[in-house]
Amino acid sequence: MDFDLTDDQRLLGDSVTRLLSAEYGFEQRKALLKTPTGWSEALWQRYAELGLLGLPIAEDHGGFGGGPVDVMLLMQAFGRHLVLEPYLATVVLGATALRLAGTDAQQGEILPEVAAGTMKLAFAHYERQARYDLTDILTTAKPKDGGFVLEGAKSVVLHGDCADRLIVSARTSGGRDDAGGLSLFLVDGNAPGLARRGYALRDGTRAAELSLSGVQVPREALLGEVDGALPTIQRVVEAGIAATSAEVIGTMEAMQAMTLDYLKTRQQFGKPIGDNQALQHRAAEMLVAMEQGRSMAMLATMSLEEEDAAERARSISMAKVGVGQAGRFVSQNAVQLHGGIGMTEEYAVGHFFRRVMVIEHLFGDTATHLDRLADQVA
Amino acid sequence: MDLRFTPEETAFREEVRAFIRDNLPAETRERMRLGYPPRKQDTVAWMRILNAKGWAAFSWPKEYGGPGWTAIQRMIFLEENLSAPAPEMLSFNITMLGPVLIQFGTEAQKSHFLPRARNLDDWWCQGFSEPGAGSDLASLRTAAKREGDHYVVNGQKIWTSTAHNADWCFCLVRTNPTAAKRQEGISFLLIDMKTPGIEVRPIISIDGSHHLNEVFFTDVKVPVENLVGEENKGWSVAKYLLGNERTGIARLGKSKERVRYAKEVAREVRMNGKPLIEDRNFRARVAQVEVDMKALEITQLRVVSAFAKAGGNRPDPLSSVLKIKGTELLQASSELVMDVGGPQAMPVWQQELQAFANEPAIGPEWAPQMAPAYLMLRAASIYGGTNEIQKNILNKAVLGL
Repeated sequence: MDFDLTDDQRLLGDSVTRLLSAEYGFEQRKALLKTPTGWSEALWQRYAELGLLGLPIAEDHGGFGGGPVDVMLLMQAFGRHLVLEPYLATVVLGATALRLAGTDAQQGEILPEVAAGTMKLAFAHYERQARYDLTDILTTAKPKDGGFVLEGAKSVVLHGDCADRLIVSARTSGGRDDAGGLSLFLVDGNAPGLARRGYALRDGTRAAELSLSGVQVPREALLGEVDGALPTIQRVVEAGIAATSAEVIGTMEAMQAMTLDYLKTRQQFGKPIGDNQALQHRAAEMLVAMEQGRSMAMLATMSLEEEDAAERARSISMAKVGVGQAGRFVSQNAVQLHGGIGMTEEYAVGHFFRRVMVIEHLFGDTATHLDRLADQVA
Repeated sequence: MDLRFTPEETAFREEVRAFIRDNLPAETRERMRLGYPPRKQDTVAWMRILNAKGWAAFSWPKEYGGPGWTAIQRMIFLEENLSAPAPEMLSFNITMLGPVLIQFGTEAQKSHFLPRARNLDDWWCQGFSEPGAGSDLASLRTAAKREGDHYVVNGQKIWTSTAHNADWCFCLVRTNPTAAKRQEGISFLLIDMKTPGIEVRPIISIDGSHHLNEVFFTDVKVPVENLVGEENKGWSVAKYLLGNERTGIARLGKSKERVRYAKEVAREVRMNGKPLIEDRNFRARVAQVEVDMKALEITQLRVVSAFAKAGGNRPDPLSSVLKIKGTELLQASSELVMDVGGPQAMPVWQQELQAFANEPAIGPEWAPQMAPAYLMLRAASIYGGTNEIQKNILNKAVLGL
């Protein structure tokens, strides 16, 4: 057991913090939100230069061969600054799918481009009717001319509007809710028959609705085994949960710091409002929740390399519940302790609040994962 | 960063588990599994077995008869002991008096009291709280006046756990009533409970048990060699005692054991025509407690590992997180157990007669201690610094409010 960071990890944390402190102030971020893409291509290139885009990618593919802890540290820093770039979609979800299921040729073609910042990915799995059910997939892929033709639709695809390459799940056999029969395909963002409608989520990050109508892909576009994609999909989702859990820790740190600052400076009745024990105790409860959440984000990160799938899924579900509840408690009370100013678009706390809200509703919410754990009580 | 235990730590856990399995008296284990608190003789017998093994003074260095374990080994030992379930080491002896004497005691105090404390030859109690000094401990008034070779003690202590069992009491007393700061006039005295002038009166708790006491001191003569540290410097001794490593404070092994027990009994009782263990709401409630326990387990590892690294005796303010969440979980698990019992948990049954005598039981054997355990554990968020005081500590030490 060891909670130490390596020197490399400390350096990574320092350099990211330096960059974001300079480039990701609240006003700078607000300006980015108003641009057509909603994030910064220039910063994306800076991330590439710093090696962040290749962080978890193998050295053979132009990356740095980092592990889950490195990604955790980075996502935590991204959470503190509410980073808008498509890191989760491209480097966490997309590159994980390729690492797990891609052939040498597929990895060799795509991962170096990801690390270099010249290709963005998206993971297009969930569908509108599916809510959080991983196997509720109606999109189909039928064999044609040695390849496949995809028909269907995907919903709330994170950064699906800007992705150069999409990893799309589809049924190659079976029916709705069948665990078998799912396959993954690499689909070009400009593929004929693919329509994308981009929009912002409530936190300002981007997503898209996809419709696939007669999208023809070659055999080489198949990612992994025909009918055998579910284990990959589960692991990609687990990587997403671990990364966003770390991101929530960063947002909680930021909200906690802002709230403390406000309690110490805001005067009412001739003294700082933080002199009131009712508010002090709420702040202490936020700290307790944040630390418990931090422990769970660590659990999620450490679990990613657990080989036993059931054990890994259980730890990930525990972490999703723990971080979800901590995030909700801290964010709600951060707004509450700020009073009216916390409700305004002008003030940062509400932006952090909405990031936590969106993350809780990705990859299965608290109730979904608690339900999975309840199933396993023995 | 790695959350896994090393092979050595895992082997250590196995060793502890096996020793407890092979040496804990069967009746003690069964009583505790059914939720009964250990009797005095259970605790004494178990601590002597562990002391013979060199483990009873689990947090002491080797030169004083402890095992010299790392912080992680101590945590593993406590967890295994609690989840056995076995009687806990008497905290007054092991985690309070022992470290204080090792740090502040004279050679004579150490050589006399430490071996007796770890073998439970002396049962210690803690004379801190007074009617007017609860969370505000520094306002204590029990007076000790120096007269020749003795202090003469007059006053009253309250909430003194197990004073009726105790041979000795470590006490905070006021030796200088006119000190500029009230913390500066306090001393730390060791008092023989057989000294004339001491009267112990029971306080019966809401669970019906006699655990707490009032202790009255009337002209009690205490030899000056029983002063620990310097006169009027007792507050720093007390602060050392209270700030000492508190990783055991979460008592996570106990919560885990109680949740296991709740699930076990939930197989026997029914809900909507099925075993309760199959009920969706019950399972979700268990899952929630298990999530919270897992988070606390990792938080505890973080505190222990930070403590091991700091290498000193600096209390980690995050210990307050362990106290708050640990006691909340103890309480939640006791509520879970009681709610599993349902109406069967409510009667006051002649408990001893049922489970451990020849009389036939009136109710199920699992039922009698469910409500008392729940009632008694309401104290968990009150003793050891109330959870509100813990939040004050976090505010001051971490948040700067």
